[in-house]
Amino acid sequence: MNLRALGLAALGAAAIATAVPVSAADTQYIPGLMYRSGPYAPNGVPFANGFQDYYKMINATGGINGVMIEYEECDTAYNNDRGVECYERLKRPEAAAIAPLSTGITYALIERATADKIPLLSMGYGRTAGSDGTVFPYVFTLPATYWSGADIIVNYIAEKEGGYEALNGKKIALVYHDSAYGKEPIGTLEALSKKHGFDLSLFPVAHPGLEQKATWLQIGRQVRPDWTMMWGWGVMNSTAIKEAAAVGYPMDRFVGIWWSGSEQDVTPAGAQANNYKSLNFHGTGVDYPAIQEVLTKVHDAGNGTGPREEVGTVLYNRGIMNAAIIVEAIRTAQEMHGKKPLMGEQVRDGFEALNIDNARLEAMGLAGFMEPIQITCADHEGTGRAFVQQWNGTEWKPVSDWVEPNRAGLLRPMIEEAAAQYAAEKGITPRDCS
Amino acid sequence: MLYREAGQFKTSYAKDQAIFPIRQDRILMAILIAIAVLGVPALASEYFLETIFVPFLIFALAAIGLNILTGYCGQLSLGTGGFMACGAFFAYKLATAFPELHLVIIFLLSGLGTALVGAAFGLPSLRIKGFYLAVATLAAQFFLVWMFNKFDWWTNYSASGVISAPPREVVPGFFLTGNDASAVTKYLFLVCFVALMALIAKNLVRGRFGRSWMAIRDMDIAAEIIGIRPLWAKLSAFAVSSFYIGVAGALWAFVYTGSVEALAFQIDRSFQVLFMVIIGGLGSILGSFLGAAFIVLLPILLNNGMLAIDPTISTALVSHIEFMIFGALIVLFLIVEPHGLARLWQIGKEKLRLWPFPH
Repeated sequence: MNLRALGLAALGAAAIATAVPVSAADTQYIPGLMYRSGPYAPNGVPFANGFQDYYKMINATGGINGVMIEYEECDTAYNNDRGVECYERLKRPEAAAIAPLSTGITYALIERATADKIPLLSMGYGRTAGSDGTVFPYVFTLPATYWSGADIIVNYIAEKEGGYEALNGKKIALVYHDSAYGKEPIGTLEALSKKHGFDLSLFPVAHPGLEQKATWLQIGRQVRPDWTMMWGWGVMNSTAIKEAAAVGYPMDRFVGIWWSGSEQDVTPAGAQANNYKSLNFHGTGVDYPAIQEVLTKVHDAGNGTGPREEVGTVLYNRGIMNAAIIVEAIRTAQEMHGKKPLMGEQVRDGFEALNIDNARLEAMGLAGFMEPIQITCADHEGTGRAFVQQWNGTEWKPVSDWVEPNRAGLLRPMIEEAAAQYAAEKGITPRDCS
Repeated sequence: MLYREAGQFKTSYAKDQAIFPIRQDRILMAILIAIAVLGVPALASEYFLETIFVPFLIFALAAIGLNILTGYCGQLSLGTGGFMACGAFFAYKLATAFPELHLVIIFLLSGLGTALVGAAFGLPSLRIKGFYLAVATLAAQFFLVWMFNKFDWWTNYSASGVISAPPREVVPGFFLTGNDASAVTKYLFLVCFVALMALIAKNLVRGRFGRSWMAIRDMDIAAEIIGIRPLWAKLSAFAVSSFYIGVAGALWAFVYTGSVEALAFQIDRSFQVLFMVIIGGLGSILGSFLGAAFIVLLPILLNNGMLAIDPTISTALVSHIEFMIFGALIVLFLIVEPHGLARLWQIGKEKLRLWPFPH
């Protein structure tokens, strides 16, 4: 090989790699760790588009109290090492919040974000113990955690079966992504199975989840559980639904967590997926003023990040919700620290004082889209409520009211215990929240 | 002209056996070490130290480990990810069970533990060779990752199977792990540690062990006839290689990501290290560094480079172009220089010896 050419190429690569982007000081900077490549991209893309479109809409309607948003994205491919690299690339003291959209990356970033004083918002994923604000001042898990999710599904099952006594002797299976994400609810489910007397059987599925034949033969032919829950993501979801249909498992007794219930998961399985259920904590469709505004101000202006048709789908709307929470936290922080671009540390105060009530939701144009959220110094989760939705072949229909997890009696003590163990291992003195 | 060793006479055996027998090489090495220890921490930003140099050094260590086994002893292994996981989880258990133990001792002990595991999984190599051995080491990969995933004991019963490095100082006042660890501390520790380990590896492969490994690699029957015991040669190669890989795994979990799950050491990790060894050059310590640089740095440089040229380009497009260019470059390198980057450097050195007169 020609050495001179090689040398020149190496020099050129080094030169472009050292170019660092410069930021303007009059905008509020928000980084985004998204994934638009890799095996989880089909689910990552609509979320990323919704996340970005909401900021475009805010900018098109005058910013947050006049402060424009500067959004920058990095592709993690749902890969933990790459997530750390992306975080280090995008982090700046003025970053409003980090939303890694991966439980594994969240785990890897908790210490880093805390050290860098950037709020880490893991919305409906991540480390459940992080909702203890005394040990994790920079981690926010609103509006719900996986432990709440597990409890909600069990509560829903109990309601369908006719009370918690009816759970005794029932068989419940958990099909989960064999990673930090899928393992998160197991402790809660084990505690619940002891409490209510149901049999819990666990079925890990290896990344990326395309091989589930053996799992579902065992579920469908051997174990025959009364209910099956799923903690899946990406191609694992649609594969599971197809395999469940292949062994004739009744779809209305198959309930996924909120990450296992999007259009991307059910459409590949076709009509077989009808009646499949999942949790959700926000509305679908476009009948909300804020989403209408995204359509008119962003998409009609030819500025949409993705195709117009995906607006209103489950994951797109979840991206909207995640962005909306960050914007509200910034707005709250601006009331405390002034209507100017803020540092991550200041936005954290906004997160901790976050109080999105119905009046606020109305003003945001998201009335009825999600539950009111209130965060306190000690509790970074909020109500933890979610509802069950069902796929009818064309759209997701809510089939239950908001289901309440047993936070006070069961989950909160578990969270505090896990947080205390973390604090002991890391030598952290919990701060005083009273 | 630049690289002419004419006039440098070796008057003793020690001089003849030096790692760098040519004066220019010694000067170059000294400059390189000075840049690595003094220049890089002063000039590089935290991003570069934290996400480029740290993983590069750790992967270089893992690649040295695999190079000892595959490059020097000729035993193909696909168990690197599993052995890295061993190192990481052993280190975690040791660090949490004995909080008073110094980090370096923890890393070395976890390397020793991995060496034992590696030697055990090396036993089949006494009977099977080549691709068949690769399949046997694949068993190690899947078994080990499964074990760390399955049994909660390894993660101190953490809810999600994630281990997280407890904060520890390397010298009083300088944290290597945890919240207060600075990128410069991490980098300087790794530079010294990896350089020392590489020096040991270099001397190991030049000595009696290395010669017996290479004899086994080149022709095992002939080696046996001249008196090398295949049992000890092969098992020692597995043990030493696993030691290096185990230490690299522990460093990965403790110094780079800080928290890690067994999923991080999937089969992809084994292939990643194997590619480093193949692209860098089989049977070369320098090649391990070059290969690690190629595999770790290039994707990040490509990604950043494209964004630096056009910041408005979509991240999806950047990732996809990155995959294509990276793949094409691997193929290109293997076509133009199948013996790896280390061989390229050797050719360069020979050309420099004659430069500027080509004949």
